[in-house]
Amino acid sequence: MNVAVAKTGNGRAVSDLFASAEGRLPGSSAVGAVRREAFETYERLGLPHRRIEEWKYTDLRALVGEVLPLAAAPDAAALKRAAEAVKAHAIAGARKLVLVDGVFVADLSDVKTLASEVSVKTVREVLANEANHAAGDLLQTAAIDAVISLNAAMATDGVVVSVADGTHLSAPIQVIHVATAAGASAFTRSHLRIGKGVRATIVESFVAAGKASGYQVNDAVVLWIGDDADVAHIRLMDDAPDAVNVTSQFVTVGANTKLNFFNMTTGAAVSRLQGFITLAGEGSELSANGVNLLQKTEHGDTTLVVDHAVPNCVSRETFRAVIDDRAHSVFQGRIIVRPDAQKTDGKMMTRALLLSDEAEADNKPELEIFADDVSCGHGATAGALDDSLLFYLKARGLPEKQAQALLIQAFVGEAIEQIADDNLREHVIGIAERWLERRS
Amino acid sequence: MALLEVKDLKVRVEEREILHGLTLTVNEGEVHAIMGPNGSGKSTLSHVIAGKPGYEVTDGQILFKGEDLLEMDPDERAAKGVFLAFQYPVEIPGVATMTFLRTALNAQRKARGEGEYSTPDFLKKVREVSKSLNIPQDMLKRGVNVGFSGGEKKRNEVLQMALFEPSLCILDEMDSGLDIDALRIAADGVNALRSPKRAMVVITHYQRLLNYIVPDFVHVMSRGRVVKSGAKDLALELEASGYAQFEDA
Ligand SMILES: Nc1ncnc2c1ncn2[C@@H]1O[C@H](COP(=O)(O)OP(=O)(O)OP(=O)(O)O)[C@@H](O)[C@H]1O
Ligand SMILES: [Mg+2]
Repeated sequence: MNVAVAKTGNGRAVSDLFASAEGRLPGSSAVGAVRREAFETYERLGLPHRRIEEWKYTDLRALVGEVLPLAAAPDAAALKRAAEAVKAHAIAGARKLVLVDGVFVADLSDVKTLASEVSVKTVREVLANEANHAAGDLLQTAAIDAVISLNAAMATDGVVVSVADGTHLSAPIQVIHVATAAGASAFTRSHLRIGKGVRATIVESFVAAGKASGYQVNDAVVLWIGDDADVAHIRLMDDAPDAVNVTSQFVTVGANTKLNFFNMTTGAAVSRLQGFITLAGEGSELSANGVNLLQKTEHGDTTLVVDHAVPNCVSRETFRAVIDDRAHSVFQGRIIVRPDAQKTDGKMMTRALLLSDEAEADNKPELEIFADDVSCGHGATAGALDDSLLFYLKARGLPEKQAQALLIQAFVGEAIEQIADDNLREHVIGIAERWLERRS
Repeated sequence: MALLEVKDLKVRVEEREILHGLTLTVNEGEVHAIMGPNGSGKSTLSHVIAGKPGYEVTDGQILFKGEDLLEMDPDERAAKGVFLAFQYPVEIPGVATMTFLRTALNAQRKARGEGEYSTPDFLKKVREVSKSLNIPQDMLKRGVNVGFSGGEKKRNEVLQMALFEPSLCILDEMDSGLDIDALRIAADGVNALRSPKRAMVVITHYQRLLNYIVPDFVHVMSRGRVVKSGAKDLALELEASGYAQFEDA
């Protein structure tokens, strides 16, 4: 084992992270074994760094250095601050499931209202159930990299949501991750199972309560969608400006299903969303849109792997980045077309808007095509705001910042417009507007 | 005090002098026409007055209501009452015309220390003005000028002029690209805005526009200077004789 990797910058032994947390991690003894094995994998690999191809632009060792100790379970004061944050970030009409510093909080959640339409359990209760011999499966995903293994080892809680076949949800479900801690980590893992013929909108929001700072989030989501479904999956990463958020999501899509995925990153010093989406049933349509709004020295990475495992599916990815100051945006998009996946139609497009000379955008499209009768492609543009448009707006009385704001909103608006739910769309526009107001 | 005083203005673009000492005085209530051959600097003058970047003023000054216009940002100029109807209005995809109009109007009002328009008042005003200019409401839901025909773009400029109520309107070739009916509608819109407090500078190549918007003064620009000024009859003379007589000036 590489000794240098096993110590963090502070001289803390990496294994302390797990040893000191182990007593607080829910699970039967079988679950404990899964965790230990996952942690050993993490220990062996250490945080991903630039010599690992998938992490070339997001060197966590350089950007983050070390994983902070597990956040304490929220006390009464933390829950009070969390309640305020929930109020501020709740989407009108949505049903909430709230996790505070990695712990599900029933009092802040709409458990009762949800119970009439869906089944909700907590990861904690599933893992702790001694009678459930398969409980450890909840922590098993493809061990693609060290952050995923670390998540399996350390996950304290999450939600297990199951939507029965044929259900048309009457309102969006909003999972809100609230951070209240300073200098600590939260590890969460959720499972969402969407049945056949379901219509649902699932939102995941990452927010900071007052006083939360310098915290780290490591979240994993396993989303399974059945046939003939119509699902909108929206992620809003609006963390504190000095936070770290690394999220991994594993999505499996059935046949003849529509999945509209949207991610917007407006916070965190360092963030990475890595999505692994498998189109596993024929005739499905994936629309994946991302927006990165970055300023100061923020680093935001969106990495999507879309795997066309079967024929006759369509995937459309559009990623937009607005990068100010010395911020750095990364988009890595890989489209895999398996040998059987004939008639695949997969396209991705990246647009970067650079608001300063020092802003940086990296774009890495990859096509791995093993079938011959397919239509796949990618494109990219990068540029500054158009001076002639800016002048037109200023000549009509808009001050520089306001003129820029209008053009930036137009740039990201195209992606936001695709959100069908009115309240949700307004909510997302509101987050983008607050980002614009934060610009110096 | 004159509303606009351009004094001995010298302007360079990319190291090349375009305006070589241009002087023009416009008082409240007056309508001035500027005519002149292609490339004589008409649009350059209008851009410098509006504050477009990329022009270097090497000499002379521009006073607006006695204040140094060249010291102001373009948005300050707009709020003070300077309006340029562009020869080539740009398209701004993703910015709804209505949003743009409201944001601009309220930004100008805010800069002047006036209260924002309420939504119903604003909508009422836009509806009135667009109706008089024959602009259908659903056009205003589109992105600014996106998919507008040439004539519609020009009418949209007049719409803004009517909405913002500037004290100085500069119309750069408002008539280009307009058919006869559209020209009459736009000209009626402009004429409706004529007032003793408001001045207009109408840049055009054609006498025809001046039959609709009758000027008090006509200036001939050639090679970056005003080479002749006169009453409205001067436009007729030019129509007959062309610009050749001024080319060597
Ligand atoms: N950005 C620029 N860069 C270089 N030259 C320019 C620029 N803008 C204007 N010019 C030059 O300045 C001169 C005056 O141009 P301007 O557009 O002001 O003429 P105009 O009188 O409006 O002509 P027209 O009647 O064709 O509209 C032209 O020779 C033009 O090529
Ligand atoms: Mg011109």
